[in-house]
Amino acid sequence: MRMRLVPDNTNFNFFRVARVTFGASVVAVIASVILFVVMGLNFGIDFRGGTTIRTDSTAVVDVAEYRAAIEPLGLGDVTITEVFDPTFREDQHVAMVRIQAQDGEESVSPELIANVEAALQTVDPSITFPSVESVGPKVSGELIKTAIYAVLGSLVAIVLYIWVRFEWQFAIGAVLALVHDVALTIGLWSLFQIKFDLAIVAALLTIVGYSINDTVVVFDRARENLIKFKQMPLIEVLNLSANETLSRTLMTSGTTLLALVALLVLGGDVIRGFVFAITWGIVVGTYSSIYVAKNIVLMLGVKRDWSKEKKPTGNQFMDIDA
Amino acid sequence: MLQISIFKQALIVLTCVVGLLLAMPNLFYSRVEQHNDAVTAIEAGASDPALEEATGLWPSFLPSGIVNLGLDLRGGAHLLAEVQVADVYASTLDGMWTQVRDVLVSERDTVGFVTREESDDGLLRVKISNVDAMDRALELVRGLAQPVVTLTGAGQSNIVVSGEGDLITIDLSEAEKMASDERTVLQSLEIIRRRIDAAGTREPSIQRQGEDRILIQVPGAKSAQELKGWIGTTAQLTFQPVVGRTSNPDENPGAGNEILPDAEQEGVYYVLERTPVVTGETLTNAQPAFDQNGRPAVSFQFNPTGARAFGDYTAENIGAPFAIVLDNEVLSAPTIQAHIAGGSGIITGNFTVESSTNLAVLLRAGALPTELTFLEERTIGPELGQDSVDAGKIAALVGMGGVIVFMVLTYGLFGVFANIALLLNVALIFGALSVLGATLTLPGIAGIVLTIGMAVDANVLVFERIREELKVAKGPARAIELGYERALSAILDANVTTFMTAAILWLVGSGPVRGFATTLGLGIVTSVFTAIFVTRLLIVWWFQRRRPKSIEV
Repeated sequence: MRMRLVPDNTNFNFFRVARVTFGASVVAVIASVILFVVMGLNFGIDFRGGTTIRTDSTAVVDVAEYRAAIEPLGLGDVTITEVFDPTFREDQHVAMVRIQAQDGEESVSPELIANVEAALQTVDPSITFPSVESVGPKVSGELIKTAIYAVLGSLVAIVLYIWVRFEWQFAIGAVLALVHDVALTIGLWSLFQIKFDLAIVAALLTIVGYSINDTVVVFDRARENLIKFKQMPLIEVLNLSANETLSRTLMTSGTTLLALVALLVLGGDVIRGFVFAITWGIVVGTYSSIYVAKNIVLMLGVKRDWSKEKKPTGNQFMDIDA
Repeated sequence: MLQISIFKQALIVLTCVVGLLLAMPNLFYSRVEQHNDAVTAIEAGASDPALEEATGLWPSFLPSGIVNLGLDLRGGAHLLAEVQVADVYASTLDGMWTQVRDVLVSERDTVGFVTREESDDGLLRVKISNVDAMDRALELVRGLAQPVVTLTGAGQSNIVVSGEGDLITIDLSEAEKMASDERTVLQSLEIIRRRIDAAGTREPSIQRQGEDRILIQVPGAKSAQELKGWIGTTAQLTFQPVVGRTSNPDENPGAGNEILPDAEQEGVYYVLERTPVVTGETLTNAQPAFDQNGRPAVSFQFNPTGARAFGDYTAENIGAPFAIVLDNEVLSAPTIQAHIAGGSGIITGNFTVESSTNLAVLLRAGALPTELTFLEERTIGPELGQDSVDAGKIAALVGMGGVIVFMVLTYGLFGVFANIALLLNVALIFGALSVLGATLTLPGIAGIVLTIGMAVDANVLVFERIREELKVAKGPARAIELGYERALSAILDANVTTFMTAAILWLVGSGPVRGFATTLGLGIVTSVFTAIFVTRLLIVWWFQRRRPKSIEV
């Protein structure tokens, strides 16, 4: 007996709840934009410059004591957060100390780091510093720009590719679904003020890559069905395609999530933010390829009259043979 | 039906075998690493029984390429330095002063007295007393211009000369500035490399980034601060004539002179002639040594040009003091006791054994042409890296185990085929990483785990399609064939788009992020290969042997 995530021959009417789902998506995107504008993002040092020091100690972390030790150095904004992780040893206590970029200084001075480390050592002699990272304001400014270009660049590249391989309506549908995924991720990061650094941008691009993968599979089937059932209304073709690919969509999301959850729980705290972003992205990406991308294609309509064209599909790869 | 030519079968099997062979050394990581280190050492000329033994740890006929671990996994220091290229312009112009003076003085009858004006903007300004001869003076100075030797700046001269009233202003041309920037960065790159090599670390990576930046990554460095200590100082050594001593740093030193502080005593300043007698560039050797009182010092040796200049100067100036200046601080200002021929000497100062050794290293490697500003620095401790490797390994194994069970539960025997392909897929990624000499980073491990999850996608697409085709069946063989055929366009479109984002990530990212893009991109390529070739081959083999009347997917 085989396990089935989805029974054979499903016939869900995905568009029956279209108003609710699509409406919810629009509201969520708008809410995300508002959250981003109002609350902003908790940028890591990659994007706003500064220094982070990771501390590791056998003694319990007392954030207030750490703060009191660093305060007299007059370094401006200092954030101290304790880090918890199931992979830590019994007596391992880790914290992250973040210090803002010092005025007019492109690079952090060795004295500053030495002073902070000495101050923390007076609080806790057993403390060690497994990592120290600092980024100057000049580089962080450039990193923001590069990150924005990277995300926009990938969106444009995908629109162009889908446009060439499918119809332009599909390209718009796909890219709006991607914008939806990226916006919701940024919204969530803004809402919970999770640290937003270069790794999260890499995660955003991965989400874009995964979500488009999902969307394309549905579109590919829709393209095939549009030819197979020339008289069927577009809404039914899209629904049929979504049903036919549903099992695959959930299977792939399932295996991917399985691997990611293992990484999320066991992979350590250093990449937790990154892995969490991708995990979240897989969930919204799967949702958006079922509920967002198709709705937009439906709204835009698709040209059905292919009678004059020789070969309507992009199946030029069909003759590839193993 | 369901045929794959023998030739293709051989090719697929061969690819897998080669991939597995290339990936294998990574299973014996530390063993192979020791072997490789020993081989490199022996090639460099070292010989020692321990090294010979280390080479025996891994048979030489097997591939020995292993995945490089990134700084975040191995621990080490990372620095991004910006070379202050513009600071070089002023000293280049400074060096032209003697030429300009000589050419003008040779026609003193026409141009009158020649004096240099102080300027803050780094330009060279020269005053002549006979304003009427301005045109002639400009002509003379312009005669000094040299063509710029670069591809883009060809045909342009290196200086721009303008005259106003009795003042001649000399600046570098844009083409010369660009050429100068290029030289400065390349020179800095070379010197940083020499200094880090002198410190004796393994596999440092020193790369140019963009126009004027240098990225330095040194696995095994204790901290970015230590790394900065190795490369941080410019180590610009000069020997300059002393005009006088003062306690006022703001005193007017007079034209052609400068005031520099003493390295040890606070409040002591020296007035020095700006043009040095000799510079550190003429040094051929420097060694840590001890002076006659047994205190640490640095002994040095000039090349013939330096030796002659130094010898001539000391012969003419016995009894006068001269200053040994390092990075704009006077280390010492001894009085010349006798003519120093032979071109060697000793630098004393407030050294410890360590700092004299350090200075000797810096002097030997040569001076940096200009200062460096550090824009980004990261230190990762080796324990943190090891923790990450361990956590990543466990997570990858657990994730893979989960996916394998899931696939078997869902697709039965076909799931087993997909799982074999999945394992091969991971091996192929490691094989490819080893051959490419790519670096595995922590996000890179995440990329592999993500690939493990996504790699089955292409198989899932095919299997789902086969299920569908079975319903309208014309026999299992036909269903399998159609399943592969019809799923292909979806597989290609889906993976091309994902690959594009991985490529963009690789192009714009650096360090860990680039490591992620590498494994993700490779994972996409290998997973498409294993899904449409390997699983298919496995299914065909199985089918030909069993000839089942019906199949269940």
